[in-house]
Amino acid sequence: MRRSLILDVVVQIVFHSTLLLGIFLLMTGHNRPGGGFVGGLVVGAGISLRYLSGGIDEVRRTVPFRPWTIQGSGLMLSATTVVVPVIAGRSVMEHAKFDLHLPFYGAVHINTAQFFDLGVALVVIGTILMLLVAFGETMPSLNNPYRRQESDR
Amino acid sequence: MRLLLPLPVLACLFGAGASMAFGRQRNAQRAIGTIALSTALVAAVAILRHTDAHGTAIAHMGGWDAPMGIALVADRLSGLMAVVSAVVLLAVLVFAMGQPGTEQEQPSFHPVYLVLAAGVFLSFLTGDLFNLFVAFEMMLTASYILITLGGRLDQVRSGMTYVVINLVASTFFVVLLALLYAALGTVNMADISERMHTLPHGMRVAFALLMFVVFGIKAAVFPLFFWLPDSYPTAPTAVTAIFAGLLTKVGIYCMIRTQTLLIAKDDRISRFLLVIAGLTMIIGVLGAIAQNDIKRILSFHIVSQIGYMVLGLGLFTVAGIAAAIFYALNQIVLKSTLLLVGGLVDHGAGSSGLTRVGGLARRFPILAWLFLLPALSLAGIPPFAGFVAKLGIIRSGLDAGQGLVVAVSLAVSLLTLFSMSKIWNGAFWGEVELVVEPEDGPTARWGATVPMLGATGVLVAVSVALAVFAGPLYSLCERASTALLDPHDYLRTVLP
Repeated sequence: MRRSLILDVVVQIVFHSTLLLGIFLLMTGHNRPGGGFVGGLVVGAGISLRYLSGGIDEVRRTVPFRPWTIQGSGLMLSATTVVVPVIAGRSVMEHAKFDLHLPFYGAVHINTAQFFDLGVALVVIGTILMLLVAFGETMPSLNNPYRRQESDR
Repeated sequence: MRLLLPLPVLACLFGAGASMAFGRQRNAQRAIGTIALSTALVAAVAILRHTDAHGTAIAHMGGWDAPMGIALVADRLSGLMAVVSAVVLLAVLVFAMGQPGTEQEQPSFHPVYLVLAAGVFLSFLTGDLFNLFVAFEMMLTASYILITLGGRLDQVRSGMTYVVINLVASTFFVVLLALLYAALGTVNMADISERMHTLPHGMRVAFALLMFVVFGIKAAVFPLFFWLPDSYPTAPTAVTAIFAGLLTKVGIYCMIRTQTLLIAKDDRISRFLLVIAGLTMIIGVLGAIAQNDIKRILSFHIVSQIGYMVLGLGLFTVAGIAAAIFYALNQIVLKSTLLLVGGLVDHGAGSSGLTRVGGLARRFPILAWLFLLPALSLAGIPPFAGFVAKLGIIRSGLDAGQGLVVAVSLAVSLLTLFSMSKIWNGAFWGEVELVVEPEDGPTARWGATVPMLGATGVLVAVSVALAVFAGPLYSLCERASTALLDPHDYLRTVLP
C-alpha cells in the first residue's frame, strides 16, 4: 500500500488537535454540551484518521493498549464510581464536587461525575478500536479496483 | 438497601468490565464470571428475605427521589424472579465452561453473558418504565451477540429474524413510553399507577393493549411467537438454555407487573388475556408435536407453557397470579434444564434429531435420568413441581368460573405428555444409534463432560427442590400476588 504524503502530514497536524478537542468535550460535559460519549467519539475519530493514513499498524503504534483492555477498564471505572458514594454513606450514583487550589494552575472545580464520564469515554474508544481491528485487519486484496488502478499507472 | 438493590446489576457489569480486560486469560474470565454471578445470587437472596419480612424496598439512584429520579424497587415478585434467575445463570455458566466450543473459542462470551445477566436483574428490580427499556436494551444487545456467536450461516439467518423482531418490539416500547409521558407526564411506574385513573377508559384499555404487545413479543404469546422456535435452537446450547429459561419469563414478569400495577382490573382485558392464553397453549403444543428435533420440540413448548402463565394472569385473582408466579419460577428452571439436556444429547450422540439418534437410555443412563425428571415435571405428573404449578392454575381457573380455558389447558397438558414421550421413545429407547461415536474420556462414558453433567444435575435438583418446598414457596407466591393486586405498600414506598 502506497502512503500519501499529503494525508500523512495533515493527519500528523490534525491528530493532536482532535485528541485535545475530545478531552475538552469530556471535561466540559458536566454542565455544558459534551461528555464522555461525545469526547470518546471525537478521540475515536482522531484514531480513525491514523487508520486512514497508515492502516491498522499505524493504529497499533498510536495506541499501545489492547482495545478490550481499554473497554474493560472503562466499564470497571464507571461501575466503581457508582459504588464509591455508598461507602461514604450516600446513595448509589450520587456525586460530589470539590474545589481544589493547585499551585501554579489555580482553582480547579472537580466533580466525581467526571470519572464516570471518563469510563464512558474509555468504553467508546475501546469499541472504536475493536471495530478498526475487526474490519480493518486485512490488507486490500489483489482484485481491489483501486489497487489495480494503482498498478496500471 | 442502598447498596443491596443495585448490587446484582453492578456486580455483573463490573464483572463484564473485568472479564473484558482479561480477554485473553480464560481462567481469569471464568473466575470473574463465577464470582460476579455468585455475588448477584447472594444479593438476590438477601433482597428476597428483606422484602418478605419488611415489604417493598427502594433505592434512589443518585439521591434523587422518585418520581424525579430513577428508583430501583423490589417486592417479593422481583426477589423471587431474581433468585431463580441467578441460580439458572450460574448453572448455565458452569455448563458452558464444560462444553467444548463457544465459551472456549470466543473470548467475548463471558463479558456479553454478564451484560445479559445485568440486564435481566435490572428488569426485575427497576421501578421506572424508561429504565426498564434500558434494561431490555442491555439484555437484547447482549442476546444479539450471543445468538450469533460462532457465525454459522443458519445462526446468522435466524439471528436476523431475532434482531429484526426485537427491534420492532423495542420501537413499540419507545412509542409506548412517549405516549405515556405525553398523557401522564411521568415514566415512574408508581406515579403512572396513581395518575392512570385520570385518563378516559378507552385510553386505559389502549395502553393496556400496547403494553401487552410490547411484552407479548418478548414473552412469545400467540400470535407474536413465530420468531422464537426458529431462532432459539440454532444458538449454542448454553445460550439457548438461558434464552429459553429467562428471556421469555422476563417478558411474563413485565406483563404481570404492568397489568397489575399500571392498569386497574378490567373485564374486557381479562377476557382478552384468557383467549390469548388458550390459543398460545394450543398452537404451541401442536407446533411441538409436528417437530422431530429435541431442541425444536422444546422451543415450541416454551410458547405453549407461556399460555399457562398468561392464563393465571388473565384471571386477575390472588390465586391465579400466585399460580402464574409459581409457574414462571418452575418454568425458568425446567426449560433451561431440558434445553441443556438437549445439548447433552447433541454433544454425546452427535445430533439432537429424533430420527437420527436412539437408545441413549442404555448408552448414557445418566442423560436419560436428567431428561426424565424435568420432562415428567413439564408434563405435570405428580409429585413434581410442574404438577403443583398446573394444579394451582387449574384450581384458580375453576374458582374464577373459567371452565373452558381450564379444559383447554388440561388437553394441552396431555399433548405435552405425548410430546415428551415422543422424545423419550425417539432418543432414549430402542436400539443404540449414535451419529458420531464419542472418543474416549468422560464423554464416551457418560455422554458429556463432568461440568456439563454437574450443572444440569444441579438444575434438576433445584427443580425437584421446588416440588419438595412447594408448600412454603407457594405461600410466598401468594403473598407476592396479594401485594401485586393491592399495590398500596408499593405505592407508599415509592411515593411517600
